[in-house]
Amino acid sequence: MLECIPTRKVEHTAGKINPAKTCQPIGAMYAALGIHGCLPHSHGSQGCCAYHRMGLTRHFRDQILASSSSFTEGASVFGGAANLKTSIKNVFKIYNPEIMAVHTTCLSETIGDDIPTIIKQSEVPEGKVVIHANTPSYQGSHITGFSNMCKAMVSYLAESDGTAKKERVNILPGFVNPGDMREIKRIVRELGIDLTMFPDTSDVVDSPLTDKYEMYPEGGATVAEIRDSGNSKLTLALGAWSSEAAGALLQEKCSVPCVPLKIPVGLKATDDLIMALKDGFGMKVPRSMTIERGQVVDTLIDTHFHYQGKKVAVAGDPDIVVPLTEFLLTMGMIPAYVMTGTPGSRFETEIRHMLEQSGIKDCVVRAEGDLFELHKWIMENPVDLLIGTTHCKYIARAEDVPLVRVGFPIFDRAVHYLMPIVGYRGCLRLIEMISNALLERRDRDCTDEDYELIL
Amino acid sequence: MAITEKGMEDLLATYPDTVKKNRKKHLLIKNSAEACQQIEANTRTIPGIISQRGCCFAGCKGVVVGPIKDMVHIVHGPVGCAYYSWGTRRNKARADDTTPKENIYSTLCFTTDMQEPDIVFGGEKKLSRMIDEVVEMFHPRAITISATCPVGLIGDDIGAVARAAQERHGIQVLAFNCEGYKGVSQSAGHHIANNNIMEHVIGKGTQRKPGDYVINILGEYNIGGDGWEIERILKDIGYTVNGIMTGDSSYVDIRNLHLADLNLVQCHRSINYIAEMMETKYGMPWLKVNFIGVDATCKTLRELARCFNDEALIGRTEEVIARELAIVEPVIEHYRKILNGKTAFGFVGGSRSHHYQHLLRDLGMEMIVAGYEFAHRDDYEGRQVIPTIKSDADSRNIPELHLKPDEELYQDAHVYLNLTKEKFEEIKKNVPLGHYEGMNPDMKDGEVIIDDINHYEFEELVRKLKPDLILTGVRDKYIAHKLGVPSRQLHSYDYTGPYAGFNGAMTFAREVANAVTTPAWKLVTAPWEDGKSKE
Repeated sequence: MLECIPTRKVEHTAGKINPAKTCQPIGAMYAALGIHGCLPHSHGSQGCCAYHRMGLTRHFRDQILASSSSFTEGASVFGGAANLKTSIKNVFKIYNPEIMAVHTTCLSETIGDDIPTIIKQSEVPEGKVVIHANTPSYQGSHITGFSNMCKAMVSYLAESDGTAKKERVNILPGFVNPGDMREIKRIVRELGIDLTMFPDTSDVVDSPLTDKYEMYPEGGATVAEIRDSGNSKLTLALGAWSSEAAGALLQEKCSVPCVPLKIPVGLKATDDLIMALKDGFGMKVPRSMTIERGQVVDTLIDTHFHYQGKKVAVAGDPDIVVPLTEFLLTMGMIPAYVMTGTPGSRFETEIRHMLEQSGIKDCVVRAEGDLFELHKWIMENPVDLLIGTTHCKYIARAEDVPLVRVGFPIFDRAVHYLMPIVGYRGCLRLIEMISNALLERRDRDCTDEDYELIL
Repeated sequence: MAITEKGMEDLLATYPDTVKKNRKKHLLIKNSAEACQQIEANTRTIPGIISQRGCCFAGCKGVVVGPIKDMVHIVHGPVGCAYYSWGTRRNKARADDTTPKENIYSTLCFTTDMQEPDIVFGGEKKLSRMIDEVVEMFHPRAITISATCPVGLIGDDIGAVARAAQERHGIQVLAFNCEGYKGVSQSAGHHIANNNIMEHVIGKGTQRKPGDYVINILGEYNIGGDGWEIERILKDIGYTVNGIMTGDSSYVDIRNLHLADLNLVQCHRSINYIAEMMETKYGMPWLKVNFIGVDATCKTLRELARCFNDEALIGRTEEVIARELAIVEPVIEHYRKILNGKTAFGFVGGSRSHHYQHLLRDLGMEMIVAGYEFAHRDDYEGRQVIPTIKSDADSRNIPELHLKPDEELYQDAHVYLNLTKEKFEEIKKNVPLGHYEGMNPDMKDGEVIIDDINHYEFEELVRKLKPDLILTGVRDKYIAHKLGVPSRQLHSYDYTGPYAGFNGAMTFAREVANAVTTPAWKLVTAPWEDGKSKE
């Protein structure tokens, strides 16, 4: 496989080969699905909407509904105002959502359509809401788009009524799977704290099959809940790239203090989440959490010889890769390449800091990289394990490295989006996936006399 | 269960008046008593409607150009369009006599990843530099550049960049101005791709593959290995497949497409332009084929053999058919017992909704609602309506190539087939040489034909007609499931295949039977919710 990849050193400075990111609008569409009764709307050519729905559908294996302004050449020349106004009218009449969340595309951004003005001039039925986020595809990545839509939820919806704050935490979960969102909610509830999570795609993009079809499934934060988030006592913004901007805006707009945290992947990041809640609410952490945590520590000690000292390459979105790398260090693994496609030097700074603390040298850390680059590094200096999204499978096959699939998108494995990698339970799942990948490889490669019953 | 005109009116009643007026023209209930039932197609999608359609870029780079395995396909634009069209169409490719493994780039994705400064100051330099680096890294035989939406708006001249790069590197660099907003659907992109390949690639080669019956297969994208299955059968009969457009195809082979005896057209919508233009320029005849379905494949093979009017070829065709049927028929019979009498909906592309009706009928099933995403009227009503199709602003934006017969290479169609003119005319009466009759004639009275179906109509028609199976794309697949109806993806075959030819029919039958009978369908209602009826 990939015999075309040159073995010599090459110059690769322009563009991306095998990108490790995609464009903003898909992230905005995903975030918008985390509002109950929301129809995301793509303001651009209909191909954008088709591609984003396809991408999300393939990852979640579930219905992803969204509409488009369906630009033609005329709209591209004269502006998309008429298309958006018609869209708003048609969407509420035909599909009747509670809320429409408009995001732009590189087309409408390049034209410079003034979305807030167009929305103001549109016929929005009484009681319904239209919000928007600018998501130019030529800046940032899908994570930026997710962040921008989260920010739009705050700027359009969140309100403070000026009274005493409610004993409740807002959780901005970051660009994670619905299974992760559900697990974070479970942990917060286990601690006895009332919460509002937004966006919340659980029960939306992993909705159940029942005998009744719901165009807008049960899940998602309601518009009322997001409005009321301005009256919460605390916000935890999980993931610097995907949640911090929205958290900061909520603090500014409604005076809800925001604590930025990592997405709770791994033991330390989960500890941090629980401690932040303890600091904010002063509750006693229940025994059940101590047990969950203890099981992770127990497992780490019992299984370390499966993975400790193994060289690992990690690629994915920054908010996942940062805490994941931290956990790999907790596991005693040696990160050799840590890469994200999303731009931003903060990624490199954070990872380098972590590596330094663990005394790891010779690790290549790269923001705004691509998978071709990662492949070249691995060709030059191999690793024992690769952790990344489905697109890494070509490298895995070409270089014969086991691949553990984590992140977005995963197109070629079942059930993953339901299974959390966050929290202490998520630690166990990561340990299981990593151990099993390495053990499978050992079983596959060893001689008959070394093929053992017990490992 | 059928739907009446009244039922259709009820369905449309929800729409605002302008939408109702528009959509009414895209819906037909087949009625053979009416001489020529006209459908509106290839017109603008209504903004806000949840359509299945994609864009011009998807049709050009995604469908036609992308599968060419030995070219590096650079997408000029922000990262998304390249990313979403990366490996998502399942166009299988492998090394062969003319293309070694080192020259296959199918699993790679190239994008200029335009950033804000590129949008503001132009992206031509970045594109040029990327081409230089790609040539240095991969030494491809040729390169394509596909434009995404902002490229046209900011005025990057990708044609000039391509010409300059071609001169610098001595390899062909093709520029496709397939910005997503052009036309009304993927269809515009097919046309743009066809034009460029016709103008700049076909006819440049000089190598005819050896054989007595040398054919091209146009509009076959080798999804799930369909092209390989078709090739297997054709080779067994004695044909030489000179080139495929564009499944598992190579740049080298496409240059030689004009050196064949006959073009076969599988997907009419995406490739009819090239068939027609090759007929104009070289005189090469084309035959509309359908390799989807057992009976359809047999019919196509027989018609193909008749085109060459050669007894030995006709004899060999019957031998291969007999050999294959002996294997296929018992399998189909087995699945027919499970599937007989069941109904299906089919919403795909520009030809499959027609082709698969044949395969379903092999299995005793009937497609009671059929529609295309991006077809034109001729795909529904037949090519005879082409002169009557009114061009509009959107279609006029796609340039037409006006070709003349090639002074050296033009031959009359009958010469290609080694026939007398009279014999050729006689054969033409009985086989669809140069003609496609469209989908509508194959539909039965009372069945529904629908153009550019949207989510609302999809949901309503499923509720009203309760099909047993929905054949559609991935975006609608899970909607079907939530509506309680099994589905199979007809763009990607749910990652299996082939579905074409004889082996494909068996695979399709097994998988449809599995989709319909998978035990979980009986477990949808929880035991504690008994008595609650299905909506």
